[in-house]
Amino acid sequence: MVAVAVFAAMHAVGNDYVFYAGYTVLQYVVLAVAWNILGGYVGYVNFGVAAFLALGAYTGVALGNFAPFPLPVMMLAGGLVAGLVGLGAGYLTLRLRGIFFAIATLALAVVLQTLITNWDFVGGSAGVYAIRPKHIPVFGSYIEYMVFLMLLVAAGVVAVSRAIERSSYGLGFTAIRDDEVAAEATGVPTLRLKLIATTLSAAFMGMAGAPLPYYVTFLEPSSAFNLSYAVNSIAMPLIGGTTAWFGPLLGALLLGVAQQVATVTISSEINLLIVGLLLIGFVILAPQGLIGLLGLTGKRRSV
Amino acid sequence: MLSFSLLSNAIVSGLLLGGFYAGVAAGATISFGLLDIANIAHPAFVVFGAYCAFALNQRFHLDPLLAAVFVTPVFYAVGWFAYQLYHHAFERRGDDSMRGLAFFFGLMFVGEVVLILTFGVDYRYSSAEYTSTTFKLGPVAFPLREVIPFVGSLVILVAAQAFLKRTFTGRAILGVSQDPIALRLMGADPVRLKRIAFALSIALAGAAGALLLVLEPIEPAIGRDFIGRVFAIAVLGGMGSLPGTWVAAVMLGVIENLTSIFAGASWAPAVAFGFLLVTLTVRPSGLFGR
Repeated sequence: MVAVAVFAAMHAVGNDYVFYAGYTVLQYVVLAVAWNILGGYVGYVNFGVAAFLALGAYTGVALGNFAPFPLPVMMLAGGLVAGLVGLGAGYLTLRLRGIFFAIATLALAVVLQTLITNWDFVGGSAGVYAIRPKHIPVFGSYIEYMVFLMLLVAAGVVAVSRAIERSSYGLGFTAIRDDEVAAEATGVPTLRLKLIATTLSAAFMGMAGAPLPYYVTFLEPSSAFNLSYAVNSIAMPLIGGTTAWFGPLLGALLLGVAQQVATVTISSEINLLIVGLLLIGFVILAPQGLIGLLGLTGKRRSV
Repeated sequence: MLSFSLLSNAIVSGLLLGGFYAGVAAGATISFGLLDIANIAHPAFVVFGAYCAFALNQRFHLDPLLAAVFVTPVFYAVGWFAYQLYHHAFERRGDDSMRGLAFFFGLMFVGEVVLILTFGVDYRYSSAEYTSTTFKLGPVAFPLREVIPFVGSLVILVAAQAFLKRTFTGRAILGVSQDPIALRLMGADPVRLKRIAFALSIALAGAAGALLLVLEPIEPAIGRDFIGRVFAIAVLGGMGSLPGTWVAAVMLGVIENLTSIFAGASWAPAVAFGFLLVTLTVRPSGLFGR
């Protein structure tokens, strides 16, 4: 419902730039909310956001080399691949302490980037051009089509995140975050819950990545694996607040829109510097994030 | 066809490089292994140290090694304050896992952007003359730009090891890593000891940075290549053991070099991280695990 309203509003403005900016903001909404499923609820830090996003993007590129599949198919495939890699990485490292998982996700990003750089089928280090289909029925322009799909994914991840919070899974996640040993001892299936969270989180990141080649039209490993994806996707939930689903949503919307406005006026380096400083400032001074400052942490806090 | 001289050169160069990696990882071994502080910004501190040495080298024509003498105490002070902040904001609240990691991640990122804004993204190098000198021993080359960081790192490690094992404070730091509560009962202040140890780890990062400037041209994002290496070495070396760190680092250096020869240089970055992933999966307690 909200998604349809947003899309209608964007359409009413009718400016292509609104769609280009909107796509980026929506992409960050997906990344931030997805990151929070693992990072905020379970308390495991994923530094490899760019890796999962790029997995989705390059799944799309690889599929596109075989046949021009429709974008929704590529997004599902991207989500599937990213989810499976997330499951695998989680299975290998989630039994260790949280810090090892965090370092392993950093490692995953570098290993994958090296693999992609050396894999000529998807463009290798030289990069690859993605040609948008000329005509898309109903939507008219391709960017509108991509925004619409991204909006669906964003609505999906928010709905999933909200459902988790209200289910027994949410309780289990919170129990792990607060005291994993106690959770394990009281019968919470910690490994299984952690794997579920990791897979879901990674799958949504992969889905968000699949349209990326068509958005940028030229994709190279160093831009697909850009560290700023990870920084933004971690900063947005932590600034918005990690304990409830609307925290990362709020953070992503605020930071995302602010960045879109700011890139017009200031350089992207200063832009990222501000995000980094905000991240540090918030984790030190306002551990509950914006929703904590606004007194919106939700009723689940007492659980 | 691989010749003997190519292979022996690769192994020697890997040994020298690995020795330098040990210098970079020494501080992380202390902060991560002994203090349980996952400072993922450690390589960023190393790069910052390298740029400080570079600035001193440009402005005052100081030799990078001489610059290290100035950089190291300054970084000790930086580490002192960084720990103070970290302890105050995270450790004290028992909230050091997720937010603490995000804090160091933010530090790493801000540091990189500040360097880009100050120095640009171009490669920078020192003007020391010896960096282009190479000694030869039969067919094997010993370039000074690799030998000096190797020796310098060895000095760092030996000095740190002597401090930890021989001095009263050093032994107390080892004690704090084993049982902070017992230490507190004996009248020592674990926070003060951890502060000293963390400051020391950052000081070592500064010194390693000066050596990095001798080894190769630097650019702001070069620290990322070292994250994998540093943590692979710290884990593989057995978390908190400096001799273990040295052995793990030298192994990694040789394997990385052999990989670049057999598979091509573009594969080398994956070696350290692959190493780390395999270690975490198969043997998380390290090569010489407790």
